Formats: sequence, C-alpha cells, structure tokens
Amino acid sequence: MKFKDYYKIMGVPEDASQEDIKRAYRKLARRYHPDVSKEADAEERFKEVNEAYEVLKDPEKRAAYDKLRGGWQPGEEFTPPPDWDTGFEFSGGGFTGVDATQFSDFFETLFGAASPFGGQRGRRGAHGFSVRGADRHAQILIDPEDSYRGTTRVITLEIPEYDDHGRLVRRSHKLKVRIPRGITQGQHIRLAGQGAPGMGGGSRGDLYLEVRFRPHPVYRIDGRDVYINLPITPWESALGAQIKVPTLGGWVDMKIPPGTQTGTRLRLKGRGLPGQPPGDQYVVVQIVTPEARTEEARRLYKRMAQELGYNPRREWEKVA
Amino acid sequence: MNPGRRIPPQDETLSLTFKELSRQIGVEAEQILAMIDEGILEPATGSHMTTWRFSADSACRAATAVRLQQDLRINLAGAALALELLDEISSLRDRVQALEQLLFKDWEG
Repeated sequence: MKFKDYYKIMGVPEDASQEDIKRAYRKLARRYHPDVSKEADAEERFKEVNEAYEVLKDPEKRAAYDKLRGGWQPGEEFTPPPDWDTGFEFSGGGFTGVDATQFSDFFETLFGAASPFGGQRGRRGAHGFSVRGADRHAQILIDPEDSYRGTTRVITLEIPEYDDHGRLVRRSHKLKVRIPRGITQGQHIRLAGQGAPGMGGGSRGDLYLEVRFRPHPVYRIDGRDVYINLPITPWESALGAQIKVPTLGGWVDMKIPPGTQTGTRLRLKGRGLPGQPPGDQYVVVQIVTPEARTEEARRLYKRMAQELGYNPRREWEKVA
Repeated sequence: MNPGRRIPPQDETLSLTFKELSRQIGVEAEQILAMIDEGILEPATGSHMTTWRFSADSACRAATAVRLQQDLRINLAGAALALELLDEISSLRDRVQALEQLLFKDWEG
C-alpha cells in the first residue's frame, strides 16, 4: 500500500483553509471529470481528487491524517502505526454520499468501513437488498464500409470478474454485434445484459459500445459526410477531365471543370453515409505535378514557362 | 474463432422503455421528465410515456447529465449546456481530425 499525499493531490498547502480546499476541489473536479476531460488519466485523477477531498474536507479525518502525515513521502510503502487513530473524537457518519468503494487501499485502511471513521456504514447488497449491475462502456472500431452497408462483427472483450474463490480474473468474452447501417462516430450500441453482474438477485447491467472509425487509407469521415482527396495532373486541372472516383457505394464518374485548382471541393450529393438525410461525399482536388526527370520533360516545362507567362504570386506584389 | 460455437447476434435496435431508462440511470421518473423538458433527452419513438422508447445514445446522455449534476454541483440547465458544448467540441474534433488527415496525408507524401 502506497502513502498518498492528499495535499499534493489537491495542490494546496498544509495550512489551507476549508474554503481554499473546497475551491481547489471544485476546480479539479471540473478539470478531471471523466465526462468532460480528454486527458488519458482523467478517471484516475478524478477518483484521486475525490478521495483527497473526502479526507481534507472533514475536520476529523483531516486532523487524523495530518497527525499521520509527517515523515511519509508520496508513493512510499505505507503501513499505519497501530495506534494512529487514537485520541480523536469520532462523530460517526463521516461520509457524505460519495461513492467510496472506488477509493484506494490507503483510504480504505485509514477511513474505510472497518475503521472508526466508517461508523455504521457496512457493505451494501448483503442481505435483502438487490442492486442492478453496473453498465460497462467500451469502444468499437469499425470501417466506414461497415456503417455504409451495416454488418455484424464479432468482438472480444476482456472483462474483469470475480471467480468462485473471490479472486479477480480477466475473462475474455466474445460477442456478436450488429453494426446498424448509417451509424456515425460517437454513437452508442447497447447490448442488454452484457454489463457487470448484479448483486442480491439484481439484473446484469448493459454494455455500451461507442463507435469510432478506424483510420481509412482513402476515406475521412465527418459526421455522415465523407471526404476524399482527388489527385489530378496539371493538364487535367487546366483542360478539365472526366474521372472515376471511389465512393462507399462504388465508382462514380465525375466531371472536373477546366481550371479546377488545388483545394477545390466538389460535392457528390447523397454519396456519404446513409441516413435521413444521407451524408454527402466531398472530393478535394489536389494537383500533383510530375517531376522533370528527362530532358524532354524539362523542355516541356521551360516551354510552358515561356508560353504561359503565369505568375501565381501576383497578390503578393500588392503587399510587399 | 471456433466455428462450432454459435454466438447469437445482439439486437442494436434494442431501445429502452421509460421505466428501464429510469432504473438504468438510477433516477426517479420526474427527473427523466425534467431532462426531456430541458431538451437533454428525446424519446426516439412513441407519443406517450407508456409507449416511449429511448435510444442507447439517449441513455448515455442521461447518465452523463446525472453524473455532471452530482459531481460538479450544477443544475439541470447547467448540465444541458455542458452536454451541448461537449457535443460541439467532439464534432469539431472529429472535423479537425478528418480535415487534417486529408491535408497531411499528401504533405507527408
């Protein structure tokens, strides 16, 4: 069990007032809230901050913790001295609605249900009490083609579960998931009864899969719209062309008007992901110039330079 | 994969009734109604409480609204605003990512 420095976690000095601690907590809670934060360790940090606040906001727990704290470094291996909690008055119900079951062993040992701070608070769900299992959340990576056509996918989930001896084991679990047609990034697929088991006869929770698109070599997806780069030659750009373009639904003939420049966005209406209304496919033109590798090619380019006399930077002359 | 073992496919169209939604996110019926009033939730189908069905996205959204209220001490309107801003951030992120990939793919050759 590692020692935890609750003051350091909250970023407040040892002599911080209860008001300072409350302010620090609110700020950190907003910053690391797992629904808000994109930081990778947000959930861990959020739990840690809640745990620290649970101790520091309560004058009794804070006093007991302060007495213990001298001489320990954060992360140091920790065993509480046998008499650490003597000499304090306990009012009992020290918990204030926070879910303390997710706190660290360090917290559990010092302030958990078995400690004097735990009061009458016992483990829930033991007798005459049924609790529905927690919902689980995971991500599922799909290809744009999966959403375009709709399909079924077999996924393997590693699920932590307690075995018959009460040990925590990882069980791999195969699931067949139907990917609905037109599903977009960020949408959820719900698999009923595939969450954590309930307690005391409570039903199992559900599994929620959040859809993400796997990076695709050709298609980029934005909502229901599909983006694709269209490389063209300088002569296709200047003269116009008829070009076959891939879409999720197959090849489509596309007319490139003469004088089409790099960055021009052409729309293929309704060729994106299906839906009400369906998305569009955007084709973004990119002129690719062949290198002048041969003498003949160099001659051609030089002739173009002479004949066309084109200055693409004419705009700059006005500013410089 | 073991071809001998058949895995029954899950039905993605599976939606939640009002009661299921309430039980799932652990709040009273009134709170669900308040979330509908606030525009956080919208029944996918049905014209009355007894026939309403909610999508999986709605269930996740409602659960997030409940967590935001409890954890950050904000009211329902605040949670609704936070959810809308989070939605916007997430769609902007997706958009930036799609456009960046479009541009940088060619720049990197």
